[in-house]
Amino acid sequence: MSSQAWINLAYLAASMLFIVAFKLMTGPRTAVKGNYLGAAGMAIALIAACCEGPVVERLRAVGSGGLVMVGIAAAIGSVIGAWMALKYPMTGMPQMVALLNGFGGAASTLVAGAELWNMTAAAKSDAPAVAGLAAANLAPWTQFAIATALTGLIGAVTFWGSFVAFAKLEELPRFKQAWTNPNRHWINLGLAVVTLLLIWGLCIYPRSVLLYWLLVVVGSVFGCTLTMPIGGADMPVVICLLNSYSGLAAAAAGFVIDNSVLVIAGSLVGASGLILTAIMCKAMNRSLVGVLFGGLGTTTAANADDVYAGKVKSASAEEIAMVLEGASRVVIVPGYGLAVAQAQHAVRELATALEKRGTTVEYAIHPVAGRMPGHMNVLLAEADIAYEKLREMDDINPTFPETDVAIVIGANDVVNPAARTDPKCPIAGMPILDVDKAKTVVVVKRSLSPGFAGIPNPLFAADNTLMYFADGKKAILDLTAALQKG
Amino acid sequence: MSPSLVIPLLAEAVVAEDPATRFIRLLTVFLLAMWVGFEVITKVPQRLHTPLTSGSNAISGITAVGAIVVAGAMATRFGSLLGLLAVILAMINVVGGFVVTHRMLEMFNPKKK
Repeated sequence: MSSQAWINLAYLAASMLFIVAFKLMTGPRTAVKGNYLGAAGMAIALIAACCEGPVVERLRAVGSGGLVMVGIAAAIGSVIGAWMALKYPMTGMPQMVALLNGFGGAASTLVAGAELWNMTAAAKSDAPAVAGLAAANLAPWTQFAIATALTGLIGAVTFWGSFVAFAKLEELPRFKQAWTNPNRHWINLGLAVVTLLLIWGLCIYPRSVLLYWLLVVVGSVFGCTLTMPIGGADMPVVICLLNSYSGLAAAAAGFVIDNSVLVIAGSLVGASGLILTAIMCKAMNRSLVGVLFGGLGTTTAANADDVYAGKVKSASAEEIAMVLEGASRVVIVPGYGLAVAQAQHAVRELATALEKRGTTVEYAIHPVAGRMPGHMNVLLAEADIAYEKLREMDDINPTFPETDVAIVIGANDVVNPAARTDPKCPIAGMPILDVDKAKTVVVVKRSLSPGFAGIPNPLFAADNTLMYFADGKKAILDLTAALQKG
Repeated sequence: MSPSLVIPLLAEAVVAEDPATRFIRLLTVFLLAMWVGFEVITKVPQRLHTPLTSGSNAISGITAVGAIVVAGAMATRFGSLLGLLAVILAMINVVGGFVVTHRMLEMFNPKKK
């Protein structure tokens, strides 16, 4: 067997390990093993890459200098990556994932750029065989030309889109507000046209390195302008989509260098991102196009004063503790506000205090609660809350009528009954958690300010709702103290 | 045909794989892998969506393979420089992704002491 065959076999093994890794992601216990297998697959693929023909030839010709440099670069990257992954607080997971994702996209763009540069240099080579092969790749509309253009574009969009998403989630001042320039659709359309022209140009004339970098620059701007208008609660969709892009960029890079492991791993990630994107959109009853280009409409279905006027009942920690004392079943509904207030440990203490009194406590997790898919699950898991108690929407909704108290912490739009009742409101038809059907609803919130959708929430004015105006963490701590005293 | 004749012929066929054949070979791989991805990932429950995102994120760092080949071949000075930069970025993605996923999954499985 030739050495290339062994390398390809190693790539095949790596690809299989990636698939098994995804397969094991279906359960929290097997997922740990899955992650190890994924990492093992990656290690195999990376070692095989070091044995590739061009690398070994270079090693024989001029010594180990090149491979040592690669090793140093890989070590630098690994240390930075590990440091980031260990240092970042769990509440910052969405931005951390966005950032890592961006680096992958940028790497794909650089690989394609380097490959194009080398190919144009090879076309000028004195060796006819090398020059001939390069010239064949640099003919118009070859796989090399098309894939290079696509890799450059998708990688650049991924990197800058991820960077903007990171900046938004990190709440950097300049990015906090969604970009609402009324001309943004025209700007994006213009950028799309320029992008298509550049791709077309590069496919016709692949020798033009300048066109490639121009495409990367335009793609970078495009990545920013596509992500900047998207607001906080739509972030889960964007994170999934960018995740998918980074996979597709890697797959496209696989077409550039004719490497099947890049194509397989890239398309697995691409598929995973697309599925999650679809799930997130479905959970918000919105189309992908609507999320990307729509922004939420300005149609306010109801005036906040009409909804709330004189009907909002505010309660103190002691009053709520009394209600909780008589409860046999309590459901806690967390939202992004819980992550902001870092109240996950406080919530666990409250749940423990309730459970000591014999109360059943469960958690209702809306699919888009938080800023990335499954965000709340990770947050509550950090506070050592058993995952069996975290229930998905369809699973827990039928149980609300038998629930004595539903405690809503930092969630708003995902519990807004207007989505069920008012066909004209912007979130009409969005599946929600039916907390209003519980006997008593306690809403912990700092003020009556609206959620991301910008609409009033009739739940706050409902007869069975008690509002508890306070910072999430402090509110829960006070509530726990009141409960333990009583 | 004697075996000694067949082997050089086969070798030639591999070297001179025509562009369309090569493209279709990769496209086959791409579409089948997408399909497998769809099938496997639809079964991941909601509660594991964050580790799934970060785990798949780590795997998208596979582009490190391309970066290593480009950088290690050292065909041109500028190409190698880009390649080395790509190796750094891709390895941040790979190592950061796997470590952060592990950190999250550890929280889902509190240690039994």
